Amino acid sequence: MTELLPRPLPNINEMNRDFWCGGADGRLHIHRCGACKRWHHPYVAACPACLSRDVKAEPVSGLGKVKAVTINHQPWFPAVPVPYAVILVELDEQEDIRLPANLVNAPVEAAQPGLKVKVCFQQYGDIFIPVFEPA
Amino acid sequence: MTRYFEKNVAVSGVGQSKLYRKPTVYPFDLCVDACMAAIEDAGLTPADIDGVACWPAAPPHVGHGTSSASTTDIKNSLGLKLNWYASGSGPAQYASIINAIGAIAAGYCDHVLCYRAEGERWVPTYGRAYVDGSMPTAEGFQQWTLPYWAPSAANWIGLHADCHMRKTGISREQMGMIPINQRRNAGLNEAAVYREPITLDDYMNARMVSSPFCLYDCDVPIDGSAAVVISRLDVARERTRKPIRFEAVGSALHDHESWFCRTDWPNMALNDAAKMMWSRTDLTAKDVSTAHLYDGFTWLTILWLEALGLTKPGETGGFLEGGQRIALEGELPLNTNGGQLSEGRLHAFSHLVEAVRQLRGEAGPRQVKKDVKVSVCGAGGGVFGSSLLLVND
Repeated sequence: MTELLPRPLPNINEMNRDFWCGGADGRLHIHRCGACKRWHHPYVAACPACLSRDVKAEPVSGLGKVKAVTINHQPWFPAVPVPYAVILVELDEQEDIRLPANLVNAPVEAAQPGLKVKVCFQQYGDIFIPVFEPA
Repeated sequence: MTRYFEKNVAVSGVGQSKLYRKPTVYPFDLCVDACMAAIEDAGLTPADIDGVACWPAAPPHVGHGTSSASTTDIKNSLGLKLNWYASGSGPAQYASIINAIGAIAAGYCDHVLCYRAEGERWVPTYGRAYVDGSMPTAEGFQQWTLPYWAPSAANWIGLHADCHMRKTGISREQMGMIPINQRRNAGLNEAAVYREPITLDDYMNARMVSSPFCLYDCDVPIDGSAAVVISRLDVARERTRKPIRFEAVGSALHDHESWFCRTDWPNMALNDAAKMMWSRTDLTAKDVSTAHLYDGFTWLTILWLEALGLTKPGETGGFLEGGQRIALEGELPLNTNGGQLSEGRLHAFSHLVEAVRQLRGEAGPRQVKKDVKVSVCGAGGGVFGSSLLLVND
């Protein structure tokens, strides 16, 4: 296994644990309303669409498509070689669940809007950072 | 139409400190310079000021950093007797002003001092926070972006611009007319930190920061400050030199508060603010004489043009083509002081100062030749958006 590049890691709390640590089971977890079935990201304690309090994290398919791309050239982090692609992924489950992420297992040039992608994870201790690879 | 209360409020004084690209004067002192200049410009003294507000909140007794002058320290340095004071959250960079209008409406104050104080350059690690190889903890909103090495709004807005440019066909050559025009305007503004003209070749050959943005698409961080005095209109007309009235304000945030997950993305908070502003006036986009629109990134100026109806989505590229329409002598003079891209980053406060100067006819060598009756200011991008419509009557 190739060595992972260092990443700034989130502080885990009750609002974000499902998202950042849920990947331990190999799946991406997003909050969903049990009543109207809408997905919400990030955390909400009530469904803003129907006000149900029955909102909890559920696994999604992990499939989505690249909605937008920016190629970062600025060397913010010396350990991270530039350029690299930052992508915005729309999940197949619902188009307004859009996640900034990196494309992995593909060259920078492969990051193009419309590219179908699937989630995979990079593990840093208890944290599983969701990233995406071509589907 | 309802007589909304902002119409009973005016900007009575404007002031700006010297702006420094490199640490030179302590940022807090620059804010005191700007505040004193604004009060004097109004024809008032600190004894007349009964309210103070700033955005974002600043820690007391720290006079540098992102917000380098707390209301505590400004109050104590100027000896203000305050009926009301506020700092911190609210609708974007104009939160202090929109809150001050509310305080005047409530009868707490007659004259509120509002300011923006930038002191990031003073911080030795500014822009180089991670060069020692350390990795910051990703907290709050940044937890969604920092783990992906996207620490800058250039990355977040770059994603937005990528989507919008593909959809509407705006080219980088067209977008480049904004920084090129603003550098030309900055040549007529002694306060600006960058005044040498740039060409389209300079723009197209500049190093990329995060596509589609090159260096010239990103604003210029400085140490400096701008301040305004917001006054009750009737008092201002009696007591101050040349008040400029608010016709309407926009402070709305109707969709999800998120950089990426609005249901109507790629719209932003500024779309909500612009819509609210026009709902509070009989004036329309056709009445606007000059526009002073947020340019933390070139792209945000384009979005403000569209959100305010100054251009139609999909037609903004053609409008910008060649740059003549947005020049000082054009149909819509834009960011006449050089804006944050050339004068320096004062988070839309310098835009407001400049709008007032244009409306008063006091903009010196860059004064727009036509009669300036109505000016619009927009602040922010992403989750931040607020706007002001000012009239000279």
